[in-house]
Amino acid sequence: MAAAATMMFGQEQMVSSNNDMAPDWTSKEVSTGTTIMAVEYDGGVVVGADSRTTTGAYIANRVTDKLTPIHDRIFCCRSGSAADTQAIADMVTYQLGFHSIELDELPKVETAANLFKASCYRYREELTAGIIVAGWDKRRGGQVYSVPIGGMCVRQQVSIGGSGSSYIYGFMDANYKPGMTKEQCMELVTNAVSLAMERDGSSGGVVRLAAISESGVERRVVLGGQLPKFFTH
Amino acid sequence: MLEEQGPEWMSEEVKTGTTIIAVEFDGGVVLGSDSRVSAGASVVNRVMNKLSPLHDRIYCALSGSAADAQTIAETVNYQLDVHSMELGEDPLVCSAATLVKNISYQYKEELSAHLIVGGWDRRGGGQVYATLSGLLTRQPFALGGSGSSYVYGYLDAEYRAGAGRTDTQRLVVDTLSLAMSRDGSSGGVAYLVTIDGDGVEEKVFLGNELPTFYDQ
Repeated sequence: MAAAATMMFGQEQMVSSNNDMAPDWTSKEVSTGTTIMAVEYDGGVVVGADSRTTTGAYIANRVTDKLTPIHDRIFCCRSGSAADTQAIADMVTYQLGFHSIELDELPKVETAANLFKASCYRYREELTAGIIVAGWDKRRGGQVYSVPIGGMCVRQQVSIGGSGSSYIYGFMDANYKPGMTKEQCMELVTNAVSLAMERDGSSGGVVRLAAISESGVERRVVLGGQLPKFFTH
Repeated sequence: MLEEQGPEWMSEEVKTGTTIIAVEFDGGVVLGSDSRVSAGASVVNRVMNKLSPLHDRIYCALSGSAADAQTIAETVNYQLDVHSMELGEDPLVCSAATLVKNISYQYKEELSAHLIVGGWDRRGGGQVYATLSGLLTRQPFALGGSGSSYVYGYLDAEYRAGAGRTDTQRLVVDTLSLAMSRDGSSGGVAYLVTIDGDGVEEKVFLGNELPTFYDQ
């Protein structure tokens, strides 16, 4: 109940430790407030995210790209501290690139996920990073791995993350079915992220999508006016 | 840790962790709740009915601190009895909601309970009011409790204005089931109360009668 109160109406008392003349966003860390998700389908994965980055109440970037390529057929979705997730993603991109050259073939998605896990777990006290790793490899096809805060790693058919994800657990449970096609997954992700953006103040902007399969990566953006409309009172 | 403190749940406040929902339909309202009452990690009541009558055709759904919520409901029940006797007819849903709001707002620092009020009256038909933190607002549907966060998206997507009675009942049961499967503080059975011009219908959905989803 108390959780619902804070989510609906924000903080009732403003506690400022700095000068009241300076806006609050000059002292707040930049965070990707966020809604991110990834869905497996037969032949690949679809990843999606909103596009809002906030420093406190100020939207620092309203067209952020939170879907970061790690390798040719592997993406990661970033949530939490923008700095932390960018730093980790850069590290893993380097490590995976090197590994792939030594291997002389495309790296496994599981490898990328384990590299993320290694960094997120080792530095768990200093980091605030919730990451979803998704991609395609020839051994297991489309895969989604969730590496939430704390640094565990688990494979799931569907994974949602970020502050906005709380609001769409029910929607995802009800609407995801194993064996969907790529277009169905795209539509599901678009709808889910839109619903979360409606309810979560830290998520918004446009919906970015990417479909990853053996043949390549297809990126899409759904702009504000084209977002699906649901009941809003 | 040398002294015997007793189990942790004896010193934890009793909260209705909870998921509560109220949805308007054409001609009435459906209220729904789970049945779990927790004190810390312990479930102290797994079959509590959180849908409490305020009057013949007005119910409220309880969430937050169990003691606070029950006390508000009982107090408003009494106040409505007096009011309807003076009025000589059934009270309006808006009146019941206003009485709840008055208590919630006046004692907002001391209380931590959120009640959703839903009912039917002759003037306005089926109505749902939310009284969170002492505000009063009429809404086509209202959610509350810890489990409600997980199903905002689902209800936003599935709610249709002007739906019928059975469709709305199914929507409420589906929503409760989804929330109960994601929220650790919600669970047990699902209670439903449907109120319209003809009367009140109470239903219980036991664990095995609840809808299941792709990963269950």
